[in-house]
Amino acid sequence: MKNSDKNIWQGESPPIYFDNAATSFPKPESVISEQNNYLLNIGANPGRSGHSLSVKAGEIVFKARKQLASMFGVKNPMRVVFGFNATDALNLAIKGTVQHGDHVITSAMEHNSTIRPLKQLEADDTISLTIVDADKNGRIDTQRVKESIRSNTSTVVINHVSNVNGVIQPIAAIGKICRDRNITFIVDGAQSGGYIPVNITKSEIDIYAFTGHKGLYGTQGTGGLIFADTFDYKKVKPLRAGGTGSRSSEIVQPDFLPDMFESGTLNVGGIAALCAGVEFVNEKGVENICKHEQQLAGYFQTKASETVPGFKTFGFDKQNAGIISFRIGYLSVSEIAGELSDRYGIMSRHGLHCSPLSHKSLDSFPEGTVRFGFSVFNTFEEVDDTVEALYEISKKAKVKSKETINHITH
Amino acid sequence: MEAIILFHSTNYAIWAQDLLKKNNITCKTIPVPRDLSSDCGYCVRTSPEDSNSAEELLKENDVEYDRVVVR
Ligand SMILES: Cc1ncc(COP(=O)(O)O)c(C=O)c1O
Repeated sequence: MKNSDKNIWQGESPPIYFDNAATSFPKPESVISEQNNYLLNIGANPGRSGHSLSVKAGEIVFKARKQLASMFGVKNPMRVVFGFNATDALNLAIKGTVQHGDHVITSAMEHNSTIRPLKQLEADDTISLTIVDADKNGRIDTQRVKESIRSNTSTVVINHVSNVNGVIQPIAAIGKICRDRNITFIVDGAQSGGYIPVNITKSEIDIYAFTGHKGLYGTQGTGGLIFADTFDYKKVKPLRAGGTGSRSSEIVQPDFLPDMFESGTLNVGGIAALCAGVEFVNEKGVENICKHEQQLAGYFQTKASETVPGFKTFGFDKQNAGIISFRIGYLSVSEIAGELSDRYGIMSRHGLHCSPLSHKSLDSFPEGTVRFGFSVFNTFEEVDDTVEALYEISKKAKVKSKETINHITH
Repeated sequence: MEAIILFHSTNYAIWAQDLLKKNNITCKTIPVPRDLSSDCGYCVRTSPEDSNSAEELLKENDVEYDRVVVR
């Protein structure tokens, strides 16, 4: 890890951070300085007041919209709507779009941020739901999606990149199926934005949900939706109503983008950071970032398989988006993650990763896995050190019986 | 004399300013004059000579605006 301020580790080696799929860390220096600059020198509310600091705040938000639109292949910057994270954005996309009596299709590789809102709607009798299975590597078969379509199917929601094993779904093929049938196609891009190239227009996505704090290297509390240029956004109803700074004389919610979905003051400091993060990703090149992370994951998989007895991956594919899930023999995943953190300063995430369905698909439910999610800042040396640590953990492990795994509380 | 371009939202005012400046049209964001609109925030002021080309640019780029007042 190359942290700008190594002093805080006071001579100790800095931690190895492999939990980037939860939140990326460290952040590029420009991300920190831009958020600081906003807090130190601007600080105002964008778009509410007429003074110059308010204009400056508005300029930051606009710049971020422009950059996100361009990064994801959309022309009109006003099609970028800010919210507070991917979960917030997906709730708006899903609950704002579906109507009573609709049939919705989703996959068995979804994060709870998609599946829970859908299950809520199903329990309310608002929608009927089909969850399309994935194969044991987590891949969704496009044909299965097609076969699930009914006359009242209004919406398909798919997680672009799995946060459990990094599998990349055939988004463009599903997009085409939906577009041909006028079905709204919502994509959860929490793990694809900044990790792999994404083009909303070419992949025929209607609504793309992003989050700021993962592959886009921004800070927490930013995210949102990007609507395709051609998508009729009036099909989506705002879930929040309130002040927008626009049409203040009217007491009804505005009906134009982005204001209709942005009631309440935005996280402008976070958006300043996000904007710098997107610039950082563009400078590095998302293809290069993707390649680097794939290589790290591949290198880790090869080396750990050779070195660590009982090392086993779940749904690993060299073409994935830099995320890998594994176990070591019958060691409990919490023990592995705990040892990694406490003894070796290596940060990972264990368990079910808010994605019980994905773990069922990958046959790792209910124990779950240890997950590494790589970032552009990770190095091959860090992987070497980690494999060594895992080797020691596997040797020292006291409990190796199959029993541990049968004692899991769900 | 001045040309005031009013928008439904400051998001569009900022977009317009960005676009006009890139095309070398002198302009400035100013607080929305109370006599023209009750909206919060700011609008864009340019010269009456530039207002036609400004409007064209906005239309070409789908930057929605409310109206232009020359006064
Ligand atoms: C696939 C996927 N979707 C949605 C989310 C939710 O993102 P956020 O925590 O930013 O709301 C995450 C991350 O936690 C994710 O990995």
